[in-house]
Amino acid sequence: MERDDIIEYSLDSHHSEEVGRKMRRTIWMVTALLAVITTVEVALGAYWKEWMPHSWNMVKWTFVVLTLVKATYIVMTFMHLGDERRNIRAIILLPYGLFILYLLFVAIWEANYLRWLWEMFL
Amino acid sequence: MAGDASKVLSNDVLWGGGRSPFSISYGKMMMWFFLVSDALTFSGLLVAYGFTRHSTTEAWPIGEEVFRALPFLNGNFPLIYVALMTAILIFSSVTMVLAVEAGHRMDKKGVIKWLFLTVIGGAFFVGSQAWEWSHFIHGGGGYITTTTGAKYWVHNDAHDTHDPTAHDSFHLVPAAAGHYLIAEEGAHHLDKAASMKIWDDRVAYIDGANMDRNEYGPTQYANFFFFITGFHGFHVFSGVIINLIVLIMVIKGVFHRRGHYEMVEKAGLYWHFVDLVWVFVFTFFYLL
Repeated sequence: MERDDIIEYSLDSHHSEEVGRKMRRTIWMVTALLAVITTVEVALGAYWKEWMPHSWNMVKWTFVVLTLVKATYIVMTFMHLGDERRNIRAIILLPYGLFILYLLFVAIWEANYLRWLWEMFL
Repeated sequence: MAGDASKVLSNDVLWGGGRSPFSISYGKMMMWFFLVSDALTFSGLLVAYGFTRHSTTEAWPIGEEVFRALPFLNGNFPLIYVALMTAILIFSSVTMVLAVEAGHRMDKKGVIKWLFLTVIGGAFFVGSQAWEWSHFIHGGGGYITTTTGAKYWVHNDAHDTHDPTAHDSFHLVPAAAGHYLIAEEGAHHLDKAASMKIWDDRVAYIDGANMDRNEYGPTQYANFFFFITGFHGFHVFSGVIINLIVLIMVIKGVFHRRGHYEMVEKAGLYWHFVDLVWVFVFTFFYLL
């Protein structure tokens, strides 16, 4: 059904052959990068513990950092947020980031305290 | 793409104040707002998982020990299947962004090709997840507990969990304390006679997984597995349907007549988001 109360418009939804070629190159570069990172993650997860059993904590933080790198490339390149104006980028990322960092801090802090309680008194 | 502040915009794009503050169309902006709210939901689930994991005093299962099977193959393949699923989803994300790029050049054939591949990739992912759920629910053989609180893994060559003692190869392996899914190196396998004696005195036989209990670890582990991957899988399923509808519209030429392929871009945003969520699920549920 066609609605006539919506003005159907688009912004910046065309580009030239030239720009397209450059974009495709970027897309394939990012693809290769994501594939390499995932391979590294699986190798670390499956084999690192056998090689160096005492550095698991470091591997965990490596996972977190690599995940954030992957997420940044997906959001900025695949979802084109890097090409949008700075204010739209800010209203999407900042409130979310602030809230989640706070939630993470609260949840992990409380969880550790709870475990401490249970280990002490149960 | 680039929202250049000095660019001249046509009148129907401008807001009431005579400007377009974000230089982004209504549909795309609303899709972004929806994605932020959806991201909060998924973050809530993953943070709840982290909370449970940090507060529990029981041993928590390890991803590469739970997920180490491949279809049609015997052996130990830690996380390979999940990595394969991740690769499929990232690949279908790539074909989606290529479809969007083709749409910007009004290349209808290109959009059809890449969007079709995206739908195929998404369907493969949903299918893989179905297999993984089935494998997770059926389990590897399970364990029994005895009156003394000891724990024994149940083995038989046929992987029969309905009546494991019916096989000659039936035997028990004492489980090691702590994390425990793989028998300890050189663990003592009890012979069938000794195994039968312990089996007859069992308190409980736990195999596979359901909402009450599972052979992998605490109850919440399986519950989080079902909820997080299920919620994500349903997103993928919806994404496949949305992409399919957009694909049919592309083939019918709706967007070509409209003059732009922004609908592919909006469906693409959702699809990339699903991939983004999986990147986090993969790390925080399977790897850590």
